[in-house]
Amino acid sequence: MRTRVLMFGWEFPPFNSGGLGVACLGLTKALSVLGSEILFVMPKRLDIRAPWTQLIFADEADITVHTYNSALTPYITSKSYSRGEGEGGSIYAGDLFGEVERYARFGARIASKERFDIIYAHDWLSFGAGMAAKRATGKPLIVHVHATEFDRSGGLNVNQHVYDIERAGMQRADCVIAVSEFTKRIIVERYGVPADKVKVVYNGIDETTAPTHEYELSRLRALKRSGYKLVLFLGRITLQKGPDYFLQAAARVLKYEKNVLFVVSGSGDMEAQMMQLAGSLGIAHAVFFTGFLHGKERDEIYSAADLFVMPSVSEPFGIAALEAMRLGAPIIISKQSGVAEVVRNALKVDFWDVEKMADMILGVLRSPALRYSMAEHGKREAENLTWEEAARKVDGIIHQLV
Amino acid sequence: MKSVCFYFQVHQPYRVKRYRIFDMGNDPEYFNDRSDADLNNKKIVEKVSKKSYIPATSLLLELLKRHPQMRVSYSFSGIALEQLERYTPEVIELFKRLVETGQVEILGETYYHSLAFFYSPAEFERQVTQHRSLVRRLFGVWPRVFRNTELSYRNDLGIWAEQAGYRGILAEGWDPILGWRSPNYVYRPKGAEKIALLLKNYKLSDDIAFRFSSRTWSEWPLTTEKFGQWLGEAPGDTVNLFMDYETFGEHQWEDTGIFAFLEKLPEEILKNPGLTFKTPSEVIASYDAKDEMDVPHTLTWADTDRDLTAWVGNPMQKAAIENLYAMEDDILLRNDTKLIEDWRKLQTSDHFYYMCTKWFADGDVHAYFSPYESPYDAYIAYMNALSDLRLRATKNKVPV
Repeated sequence: MRTRVLMFGWEFPPFNSGGLGVACLGLTKALSVLGSEILFVMPKRLDIRAPWTQLIFADEADITVHTYNSALTPYITSKSYSRGEGEGGSIYAGDLFGEVERYARFGARIASKERFDIIYAHDWLSFGAGMAAKRATGKPLIVHVHATEFDRSGGLNVNQHVYDIERAGMQRADCVIAVSEFTKRIIVERYGVPADKVKVVYNGIDETTAPTHEYELSRLRALKRSGYKLVLFLGRITLQKGPDYFLQAAARVLKYEKNVLFVVSGSGDMEAQMMQLAGSLGIAHAVFFTGFLHGKERDEIYSAADLFVMPSVSEPFGIAALEAMRLGAPIIISKQSGVAEVVRNALKVDFWDVEKMADMILGVLRSPALRYSMAEHGKREAENLTWEEAARKVDGIIHQLV
Repeated sequence: MKSVCFYFQVHQPYRVKRYRIFDMGNDPEYFNDRSDADLNNKKIVEKVSKKSYIPATSLLLELLKRHPQMRVSYSFSGIALEQLERYTPEVIELFKRLVETGQVEILGETYYHSLAFFYSPAEFERQVTQHRSLVRRLFGVWPRVFRNTELSYRNDLGIWAEQAGYRGILAEGWDPILGWRSPNYVYRPKGAEKIALLLKNYKLSDDIAFRFSSRTWSEWPLTTEKFGQWLGEAPGDTVNLFMDYETFGEHQWEDTGIFAFLEKLPEEILKNPGLTFKTPSEVIASYDAKDEMDVPHTLTWADTDRDLTAWVGNPMQKAAIENLYAMEDDILLRNDTKLIEDWRKLQTSDHFYYMCTKWFADGDVHAYFSPYESPYDAYIAYMNALSDLRLRATKNKVPV
């Protein structure tokens, strides 16, 4: 008999703002291949193609709940930030908490209409729905932690409301899945969850979620042709991702190598601040801000990069690093990241050690032999870090509970 | 009578500290890490001395006294002796007393434990000469048998050693070059006339060096009785047991029983009337060469490939070593002792081994013996140091 999993998510590619949606896509597909039936619940009707899973939208008529428009972005953009939204230092958009609460209420209703064996919720946004479904049916609940409030806030201004929801979800769950040992430690130490209830399942990458095509690289190609090397930061421009450390390292690199471009790709509440920092470091001429890139453009920037740097201050996993590896870019990742636990063919550095980071960047840019070796081995390594492997572990956990 | 011929390798490199690009032009010291990291050469030499060199050598001294028929041989890299003199001189004293027993032979090698033979024959000869002087100064002996770094060997090295006056040379007893033949005989290098080639019996050597403490090995635990029996049963004239000296106490820790094994082994061997101990020179004097051995491609004692790919197999390693030897003229022409010495310290094979991706890249991280976090970190530190060296070598250079 196929196990039916009622899964609560929040975002799904192409309508995603980060790694959460990518992870949901990769994991649901691999789980369904292993024989589970997934009923994937999203807060809002979207044009998503995922034939391997039955998608349920909380705002759809046949579930007859109140229709509502969800503010789908869990994080505010730099534009909305400058408009004064997310006041009080909050990084969360407008009525996000209201959305989350409404979603939780729908959780119970959906649960009472559907037939399933286990409930599965991704991150705090859907924990409420997961808990409600558990309350309504008594079925076991797994919560999958892709990031905690401590990661998102960089440890500063932890939002109490979010923390409480996260804690309640983890406490009530029958099993907590963490994306790394790094995240497991936070869950045990900061949320008081017994260590044996927390299982680590690393994210993966495969053709479902990996960028695969190399497109025409018009402007970047032109710059590269004229001899420039391209160093890429790709992620939200927030405290958590350490864009400021990236720029600090860039300033040190540029003292030694002139023909280097530093590309900051993403958006977030620190975007304006980073532009100012580039200016005050005197490197504005060499730093490009591309904004948030989707699909084709994102692939383009990945494949143009001579080096990918992920200087995160606190990174539960960091799928972007795997994407870069898969496309053959050498990577430098912070030791404060989950992906550093599984990936070998990378240079690893403490996020605050900008001198060492700069030294590594220069080492890679100056040596074709090093670039080649890291890229070759990295690519092969990423090809072996599959969602199938992750799903196999999740499948094992599910079968222990049902 | 069949002989048992022991040779122990003693070597410690000067590991390159985490030398950064920002240090270039400001810091000409590459090997002076004083942190708690495993790049601190002083700390490592002290640790290995305590765990291995001192207890093993003290034990061997006693064993040599107890058994006058017992023989062993050593090869010391020059930079190992240099560091021991500086950090743990009591080890040097112990080695001197070993040599004074007259039961110990010292072999010749390159001072810097380098792969110079394959990159610069002239530099290779200079390092062999430098090594010979050091051995003569410390121990008052003249090496008559040669072994090259990592037991690397090729026909032309055999011929070189003959012309340089050596009686014998050591190599790996690897099946593909042996064919149906046994490593337990003396051979003649192809193209040579009188020099002898001694081949390592890697199966019996590795039983001690690698498998001794392995509980997954069907023969575990290895007793002296069992090992003595294997030696007795081995066909041929000589069983050559070649291994790193750090096997005793460092690779195999004391609690594995390695010292107890070593202590009982000579007695076990001498109990067998068909077995005796010989140094490499004595083996060469006692048996005629059985056949000619053709080794056209470089053979080493490393991993399952038995070639140089662990040192110069990937593009980083090749770039590093080619850059290094390309600087030879600039360095030597400066006539600056410290500069030349630093260049030579950077020739030590270990630096290239740390950049090896053979096992690391595919996940067998336990096979990656290195003080660096990854081969990529090793490469960056090395290349930064090398760039600084080049800067020093070409500073105020007068165009010719």
